[in-house]
Amino acid sequence: MTTLTDPPKEQFRLSMLLYDTRYRSATIQVIALFGFMLLAAWIISNTIQNLEALGKPVEFGFFGEPASYDINQRLLEYSSRDSHLRAAFIGLLNTLVVAVLGCITATIVGVFVGVLRLSNNWLIARIMTVYVEMFRNVPVLLWIVLAMAILIEGLPAPNAFRGENPTATMDLFNSVAVTNRGVYIPEFLFTRSLGDIHFFGASSIRFDVSLDLLAFLIVLGGSIFAMRKVSANAAAKQEATGDRPTIWYIQLGILFVPMIVLMTALGLHLGYPELKGFNFKGGTHMRNSLIALWLALSLYTAAFIAEIVRAGILAISKGQTEAASALGLRSGRTMRLVILPQALRVIIPPMISNYLNLTKNSSLAIAVGYMDITGTLGGITMNQTGRELECVLLLMLVYLAISLSISGVMNWYNNSVKLVER
Amino acid sequence: MKKSVILGAATIAGLAAGAAMAGTVDDVKARGKLNCGVTTGLVGFAAPDANGEWKGFDVAVCRAVAAAVLGDASAVEFVPTTGKTRFTALASGEIDMLARNTTWTFSRDVDLKFEFVGVNYYDGQGFMVPKALGVSSAKELDGATVCIQTGTTTELNLADFFRSNNISYEPVPIETNAEAQQQYLAGACDVYTTDASGLAATRATFENPGDHVLLPEIISKEPLGPLVRHGDHEWGDVVRWTLNAMVSAEELGVTSANIDEMSAGTDNPEVNRLLGSEGTLGEMLGLDAQWAMRAIKAGGNYGEVFAQNIGEETPIGLARGLNAQWTDGGLLYSPPFR
Ligand SMILES: N[C@@H](CCC(=O)N[C@@H](CS)C(=O)NCC(=O)O)C(=O)O
Repeated sequence: MTTLTDPPKEQFRLSMLLYDTRYRSATIQVIALFGFMLLAAWIISNTIQNLEALGKPVEFGFFGEPASYDINQRLLEYSSRDSHLRAAFIGLLNTLVVAVLGCITATIVGVFVGVLRLSNNWLIARIMTVYVEMFRNVPVLLWIVLAMAILIEGLPAPNAFRGENPTATMDLFNSVAVTNRGVYIPEFLFTRSLGDIHFFGASSIRFDVSLDLLAFLIVLGGSIFAMRKVSANAAAKQEATGDRPTIWYIQLGILFVPMIVLMTALGLHLGYPELKGFNFKGGTHMRNSLIALWLALSLYTAAFIAEIVRAGILAISKGQTEAASALGLRSGRTMRLVILPQALRVIIPPMISNYLNLTKNSSLAIAVGYMDITGTLGGITMNQTGRELECVLLLMLVYLAISLSISGVMNWYNNSVKLVER
Repeated sequence: MKKSVILGAATIAGLAAGAAMAGTVDDVKARGKLNCGVTTGLVGFAAPDANGEWKGFDVAVCRAVAAAVLGDASAVEFVPTTGKTRFTALASGEIDMLARNTTWTFSRDVDLKFEFVGVNYYDGQGFMVPKALGVSSAKELDGATVCIQTGTTTELNLADFFRSNNISYEPVPIETNAEAQQQYLAGACDVYTTDASGLAATRATFENPGDHVLLPEIISKEPLGPLVRHGDHEWGDVVRWTLNAMVSAEELGVTSANIDEMSAGTDNPEVNRLLGSEGTLGEMLGLDAQWAMRAIKAGGNYGEVFAQNIGEETPIGLARGLNAQWTDGGLLYSPPFR
């Protein structure tokens, strides 16, 4: 038998929800949440009712109807008979193209400018400062429009390449045509192509994957894997014997020989642009709307990235540089091997938000007629069908998904370079 | 973040609520100003002149309505709209009426919930190319780069035309006429396509209009007319009959020169009913007896407005063609004022 009794268990009374500090904050939060949901529900039902009264009930059936308009830049096949959903998908790919190109270019330019801004060379440092201030302080829309105006007004029309005495000629041994409709560059063609595999049958998100590309990636991956193996072997040998075997020619061989064999097997050759009829035909056409948008977005975002990089570098204490110098590292290597890897930890998080900004800013594409998802789904489709609510909701969802994916990937990368503390 | 979502949703809800509202006539009267949606600038149809005053064929319709309702042809707030923004502007109530080279189509009327009150210009889509290109038919345009304004019927017709003729093209979508003109002149596109009237108007502003030709093909029907929101029939009637008054005035021989004299009373009862010396048409419309007289006086009858802004005497030089009175073999046919 126990002689000790538990302290009397406190009875829960309703009033405690309000007067007991242990429960009060929870009560308030629940009430606030409830109120917020009520408000949201009211707004949604009100919108739906009013749209109903207008005779425009919310429904998504129109996405299956033929879009009836053409899109100039399409990575997949598309015709005006395809559905609005297909048009949105083509637009989405265009958004991704400019976002990826933009993020890569912005990062490269940004890192260079950020590092050079700290240069001891007065002139270079000043020029970089001017660059950063100029791009950071003018709205990106203006840069986009300016870039487009320069491309249109400054470059020759395809017409100028014609005739006996053309006023314009192609560059790089007649392989690149720079016109005011875009830049035409040679494209890779295969005489013995492996063909494509088709996904998703005839649906709106159907796409093809080129087996040639797949083969290229597999061979490249294999080569890189083998190169790593060889280099690890060399390192092991160095550990054991103190001698590092010369492996650079083996490495080069591993990288290039399988690739050359594959490319010869596929019959790789270049397709050059040629002036035919009204326009250049053949080659890859990079429209000036893409170039203008890409340039303006990357240069603009690079200015922000440069500042982040500079801040990251300055955050590493001077002692690190001095220690590296004491070990005999030259300044370039100090930067590459000592400072940047540490600075990355400071740099990555704000970098994520710049990538997100660039991606969202790409919706300004419409200013130069680049057919991204805002131009297709949020532009022509919305305009021709009058389904504003549906289109905008879907558009928001798409940008949300893109942004969350970018954050996800970048956070994963951030975690992998993060300082592992013991 | 949460706040902006609420505000955004509230705006959409507000828009939806606002659009269902009726009583535009009273709104306009209370405001003392008519909000009229026009182009961002298409000389001859709607564009500000050197003094910043809006002039043009579509502008004249706005002014006539303002004169009829408010008694003052200058009581108009012109709201420039692009092909894409025009319908949102009208649906949300930002403008009371739209007079912007807008084609009357089934889906705009039925699905987008607008009411076209009539046609003030019977048009069709054409192509303009530089003469130097040496093209004489639109069928020769295989592979050409074509400038088009987005949010228009133009881009849909274009896709259909090239598809049905089995030829390819490269569309360059553009927001406004001014930008399209710039790209076309810079040679960034080979062809500019839009309503033939718009092409003529655009060409007239070129330095050397003679260097550009309109191709013979007209690939669509584009009945252009003013429109209002669906559901407010009183307001729709006012705009419809103001337009009809301008057309009827020409048919009945009422001009800005003789209107003062005629409004005192004539031998023709229809003229008297139109100008308010007989009957109560104005009252039925919720306006006064002189509404039509003021509307016609604002810029003249349909024929005068046409001749002044886009007619053969102007640089734009459009012939009446389909837009002649039915008595002259055209399509203009106002229902009777009775
Ligand atoms: N009629 C067609 C096209 C209307 C249109 O956009 N027209 C052009 C040229 S005729 C225009 O008015 N542009 C003036 C502007 O860009 O503001 C439609 O209603 O969709």
